[in-house]
Amino acid sequence: MTEYNFAYLDEQTKRMIRRAILKGVAVPGYQVPFASREMPMPYGWGTGGVQVTAACLTPDDTLKVIDQGADDTTNAVSIRKFFEKTAGVAVTERTAEATIIQTRHRIPETLMRGDQILVVQVPIPEPLRFLEPSEVETRKMHSLEEYGLMHVKLYEDIARHGEIATAYAYPVKVEDRYVMDPSPIPKFDNPKLESAALQLFGAGREQRIYAVPPHTKVVSLDFDDHPFDPSKAPHPCALCGAEGSYLDEVITDDKGGRMFVCSDTDFCADRRREGEAA
Amino acid sequence: MTPLLDVQALTKRYGGRIGCADVAFTLYPGEVLGIVGESGSGKSTLLSCLAGHIAPDAGQVMFHTRVEGPRDVLRMSEPERRMLGRTDWAFVHQNPRDGLRMRISAGGNVGERLMAVGARHYGEIRAQALDWLDRVEIAGERIDDRPAAFSGGMQQRLQIARNLVTGPRLIFMDEPTGGLDVSVQARLLDLLRRLVRQMGLSAIVVTHDLAVVRLLADRLMVMKDGHVIETGLTDQVLDDPQAPYTQLLVSSVLQV
Repeated sequence: MTEYNFAYLDEQTKRMIRRAILKGVAVPGYQVPFASREMPMPYGWGTGGVQVTAACLTPDDTLKVIDQGADDTTNAVSIRKFFEKTAGVAVTERTAEATIIQTRHRIPETLMRGDQILVVQVPIPEPLRFLEPSEVETRKMHSLEEYGLMHVKLYEDIARHGEIATAYAYPVKVEDRYVMDPSPIPKFDNPKLESAALQLFGAGREQRIYAVPPHTKVVSLDFDDHPFDPSKAPHPCALCGAEGSYLDEVITDDKGGRMFVCSDTDFCADRRREGEAA
Repeated sequence: MTPLLDVQALTKRYGGRIGCADVAFTLYPGEVLGIVGESGSGKSTLLSCLAGHIAPDAGQVMFHTRVEGPRDVLRMSEPERRMLGRTDWAFVHQNPRDGLRMRISAGGNVGERLMAVGARHYGEIRAQALDWLDRVEIAGERIDDRPAAFSGGMQQRLQIARNLVTGPRLIFMDEPTGGLDVSVQARLLDLLRRLVRQMGLSAIVVTHDLAVVRLLADRLMVMKDGHVIETGLTDQVLDDPQAPYTQLLVSSVLQV
């Protein structure tokens, strides 16, 4: 433990990141630039999220790390170990017990509380990036609230597929002002962005931090005649029987066998424990 | 009648060299002004200054806005100018690739300006896009094709539809027929002339092709080395040129 400063980053860096976080909280949905540090893991593995988590952690915190809904995949395991080693904080797989949850690609099914923080890893924070390659131009579009182009993308979806086919990283408007990329969470999770918990988004390679403070208005973009639809696979979970949770499709053999199971492993395990108890 | 556009002493320098100097003119509603001159005479610089793409060094450009009356475009805030650029103004580039989004379908291209000013009903946007494709003689069944699959003439017509869909009052055109073969040029000119008349559009057309201004423009401005050397009614300037350079320009046209 002695060879690392608490939570790996030095205190000056954590202060710098906290300033960016505070600014992000003050201007919901606005991408705040910050001086992202080199972390002992490759870009794309959650360097942004790790830095935000490091800046938020206190010795009393309990940390949970999610990768695609699961607690036991490589990314989740290694980041959890990283903070166990460098910060010595308690870790958990239970959503309800955690005070800080770092996540990739999912928001937990269990409703989050006001005393919890959700830290989301973001690969590409700019929702307009694939429509407008110039950073100068996209910043101008944000500052002047010129978001027509975002609807052009949704128009193209409907023209080509008959419905809005964007299934993840579905653009939202935060507090009637900034259009934000909620990171590659499935659009099923978009309604959960209006939450009691503080949600922080960190993009390490792109050097951006943004935030959705508790109880902030978050609206998924859509058309009047093609309203937003948080769709999911039309099955119950094969393990716990949940009807309303987001499902992963698991291939079970090479003869076309498949099953649909909850992507949130903690939620699914919880339900099965309750089922056995009852 | 109040002029739609009133330009005074517009000057743009590139370091020591002159882009355009002391340009002044007025444009009335429904009028088409042609600007001709050889390459490097400052036509495109002037057009870019007028459309707000580059900032001139001196002068004023008064535009008669719908709500507030005459306003100096150069002293507007950037959001106001950009708003003007996608509502009351239109800009047709010489190369349709500069004015179109090549990776977005024809319908999306036409609908973009509608969505930029707040249209949020897919069915209505699509109906308007179809209507405009029809008006520029593009078959409705091509609405979901990307512009890359279109011929040069179709791309140019699509660019015009995309610009006119919000019902602008002033349209800037930079060599609208450049790079098209003569029969396609003729159809495009026909189309432009009809649209300008139907919609009561004012237009400023920059070109080096005298045939284009003969067909389209009511008045003509001849530029050389950044200065306006002759102005007048199109037929008057072309049939009875006064300035030596204009005489040279008119006599340089090849007769078939």
